[in-house]
Order: sequence, then C-alpha cells, then structure tokens
Amino acid sequence: MTLEVTDVTKKFKIRKGLKSSDLVAVNNASFSIEPGQTVALVGESGSGKSTIAKMILRLERPTSGSITLDGVRSTARGEEAKKYRNLVQMVFQDPFASLNPYHTIAHHLERPLLIHHKTRGREETRAKVEELLARVNLSPDMADRRPHELSGGQRQRVAIARALAPGARYLIADEPVSMLDVSIRLSVLNLLARLQREENLGVLYITHDLATARHFSDEIMVMLKGNIVERGPSDEVILNPQHDYTRTLLDAAPDPSHHGRMKRQVHDEYLATTGS
Amino acid sequence: MKPLTTPAHDAYLAARTPVLTADHMTIEYEVTPPVRAVKDVSLTLHRGEILGLAGESGCGKTTLAYGLNRLLKPPAMLHDGQVTLHDKDGTDIDVTGLVDDELRRFRWDKVSMVFQGAMNALNPVISIKAQLFDVFSTHRPDMTKAEKKAAAEELLEMVGVDKSRLTAYPHELSGGMRQRIMIAMALALRPQVMIMDEPTTALDVVVQRGILREIMRLREQFHFAVIFITHDLPMLLEISDRVAIMKEGEIVEINTAEEIYENPQHDYTRKLLSSFPSLLGERGGFVRSHEGGTSDDA
Repeated sequence: MTLEVTDVTKKFKIRKGLKSSDLVAVNNASFSIEPGQTVALVGESGSGKSTIAKMILRLERPTSGSITLDGVRSTARGEEAKKYRNLVQMVFQDPFASLNPYHTIAHHLERPLLIHHKTRGREETRAKVEELLARVNLSPDMADRRPHELSGGQRQRVAIARALAPGARYLIADEPVSMLDVSIRLSVLNLLARLQREENLGVLYITHDLATARHFSDEIMVMLKGNIVERGPSDEVILNPQHDYTRTLLDAAPDPSHHGRMKRQVHDEYLATTGS
Repeated sequence: MKPLTTPAHDAYLAARTPVLTADHMTIEYEVTPPVRAVKDVSLTLHRGEILGLAGESGCGKTTLAYGLNRLLKPPAMLHDGQVTLHDKDGTDIDVTGLVDDELRRFRWDKVSMVFQGAMNALNPVISIKAQLFDVFSTHRPDMTKAEKKAAAEELLEMVGVDKSRLTAYPHELSGGMRQRIMIAMALALRPQVMIMDEPTTALDVVVQRGILREIMRLREQFHFAVIFITHDLPMLLEISDRVAIMKEGEIVEINTAEEIYENPQHDYTRKLLSSFPSLLGERGGFVRSHEGGTSDDA
C-alpha cells in the first residue's frame, strides 16, 4: 500500500487587473512513501511544501499528474474517495486552532469514528475513544475536557489521536511541533515515531527544522520554488548535501555545538572591512 | 534565588562596564489572584554586549523586557525593584523614577525595542517614510525635512533595504524586509541599548540568518548593547556573549554562551539544551534509539 505521487503539478492563477498569470506552486513532483517510512519535506516558506500536503489530502486538486494510494486516485469520488480519506489523515500545525473550543475531546474523537463507521453504539465508541487516548499517552478522563483545559502538547496529542481514529495508514504532519514549547517538542515527535513504528504508518513530516528532520525521518526531500531538488537518506542529505540550496539551508540552521560561530564570523569580517 | 553560574562568568564580568542594571525587579499582573510574572530578577547588561534571554512561553521574558523599558501596561505593575541606565556621558538615569517628558526623552533615545511579531508591528495605512519621520519629529524636533529624508535613507541602507522603498507601504514588503525596517526604526536615534523580542521567529532560517548578521554587523559599528529574547537556544548560543535562562519568572542560570553549552549548571538548562538535537552530531537520546534521553510521556 504505497502512496505514489506521480508528475504532480499545481498552478495557481494570479490575476492582476486584466492580466492573469500562472504561479507554479509545485512543478512535476514525483515521489513515493512506503508504509512504515517517514519522509521529511523541507524548504523555506513558499517553496510549495504545504501545497503538496494539501493535494495529498484532497484539499487541492493537482493541475496535472496523479496521487494514488492502494490503487485509488486522490481525485476519486463516492465510496472510493471515502476509502482514500480513511487512509490518509492530517496533523495540523496549530493545535490551538485545530480543535473546536465548543466541543469536548471525546466529541473530536467520536466524529471520525462514527462518520467512518468504525464503531457502533455509545459504549463501543466510548471504549474506542479511551483506547485512542491511551495510544497517545493521555489519561481517559481527558475525554470529557474541552480544548482550553489542555496544554499545547496535550492538544497536539489529541490531534494525532483524531488522525488515527479512522484507521489512517498515512499521516501528513505539517509542522506538527513548531507551535509547541521547545521542551515538549521532542516528546511529541517521539510519540509520532513510536506510533509510526508500532502501526507501520507512513509519515510525511513537513518542517523547516533540519535537525529534527534528520533524526526523525528515514529520508529527506528538499524543496525549492516548487521543485524537489534533492532526495536521499537523512544522514546522507545532511552530512553530504549535493544541491547548493541544501547547503545554503544547512549553513543557515543554528546548531548548539556552533556556539559563538556567527559572533566570531561577523567580528572578523568587520575588522577586515575597517582594516584595523 | 541567585542564578547559577560558574567562575568563568566572573572572569568575563571583570573587564566590562555596565550600561543597564536591573535590581530585584518584581512584576505582578494585578488580577485576581495576582500573577507574579517576574520574581526578584537582577540583571546587568554591559556596553556593546549581546545578552540572550531564553525561556519558554509564559516564563516572563517579554514582561521583563517591558519592565526594563517602562512599557508595562495595567494590570501589569512593577511591584518592586529598580532599573538604572548608565549613560554614555557618565550620569546614571533612574529609569523607574522617570515621569512624562523625561520618560519620553529616555525611551527610544537611550533604549529602543524591536517588538515581538514585528511582521505586524508597522502601521499598515501609512508609508515607511512617514513612520520613520515620526521618530525624528518626536525626538529631534529641530531636524529639517531634508535632514530627516537623508537620515531615513541612511537607515534603510544600513539594514540592507534599498532606499527607493522608503515610500512603500508595509504590505508591499516581504516579511524579512519589514523586519529590517523595524530594526532600522529602533536604530534611528542610535540608542545604547536595543531590546529585541523574538525578532526573527516568524522568518525562515535563510532570511533569519541574513537579519541576524545585519544586527551583529551594526553592533560592531555602533557598539550598542542588545537584550535578545527568544526560545531558540541554539540560535542564541551562536550570537550571544552571555545567555540567561529564565523559568517561571526567575533567571535560573546565567553565563557566557560557551559555558552554558559546555558546562550547564541547572537541570532546566540541560533540559532545554537536550530539546534541540544536534544537526550534524550524534542522535543522542532522540527518536528511534528507544531508550534514555527524552521519552514520549506527557
């Protein structure tokens, strides 16, 4: 059950007065993700990362090319579409915006269960909700709380549980930890990694943080202006980058072991220019 | 509680002259029940120094910055403590005691600030030019229009924005450019201290690095001191002379950037450091290694 992205292009029309032009957000992207594989997609803002995610999730239609999972095209309709949706789910960036403040946590988890006919009856549904909470290390009593009573990390765990509820085999995680406090980011990533191992999930991890991309994923794809310019095993891409842009990204990423690096560089350059 | 440190820090301090001193600052949000956001914080900033202030959301770092600059708005109140600016000309200014005109003369002229979310801190309905002129009209009323224009153009060039963009409106500029304009504005009166509150958080790494280099270069040129607030500890370690770690309203550890990294004293500092896996180094306790390090427990 491989997720196949083949020659996908997405163009957006931009109108300026009477003229209109095309913005190519994604240009001829092809890649695949196997079950049990985590692929990181990195690149700067506006490089097309999120557009790829949206197309995989059926939130945008590709202009050309195809995305298939288990023989089902992402553009299918009816029963086929439902099957596809079951299998591919999203974890959004901002857990403060992705949960409805009106509803309890249980409501958020029941909805996908009921819509996708995963459970029947109140008791079975409740049991499944508690099981989902347990899988993301939350206690069962969380079910009756509302989002405002939860911390950012807890909310993101709920969002992950919700994505798992319809039986997803693929998770698309768009910057899943960038809104969280630094000290809990790793625990949420570790949770994702554990679930991925245990359930053999395929994960597309979209981020601009190269360090976690390296340690969290098996492969890294680097995107620049709509093109995937480099793909390879994580360590390979980070330690032995082939594309100039990958090198630029790597140089720009802060690394704790480089303490004082920029300070010294700028100081030396300044002395050189003033000639003192 | 006194922040933890090591002898290396004392050695560093020996050769410095202070520019801004905060003594036993306590800031409370006077709501019911009162929230003590900053608890008995003492801090010395030295001339030309970059002091990083690291901590997580809600630890009080922005409140502290506002307190240093007398920007606290009710219900936040400076409960106790004193802030002193040691001016270039040798006089000491008691910042906490300033009123009305004295306060206006002090702010921006001596201590300026680059605000959090600076992407949205510019006024969207007036041009960059008008906003820069505003600074001069308020603080340098004697300047002529031509002088203001020359000064504004010089500022833009200093931060690496073409001077033709002076007449632009904020929405016509990219995030990185808006950020540079904010820095230009904070530089306008050549302050001795700049407080930067998460100035590059919303930008991607390549743009961020460009702006940080610009700040560092300007510091070499003008010798202002910087308090740099962020939760991005690896970035702080690259640019700062010293780093203070803040937790629940207190500074728990302060030291040179090198010592913070090589020889952290406080558990919380170690925890923060371990939250950022090394890009090129070993994986450590992170993911896929199963045991040790960070677990995924809530």
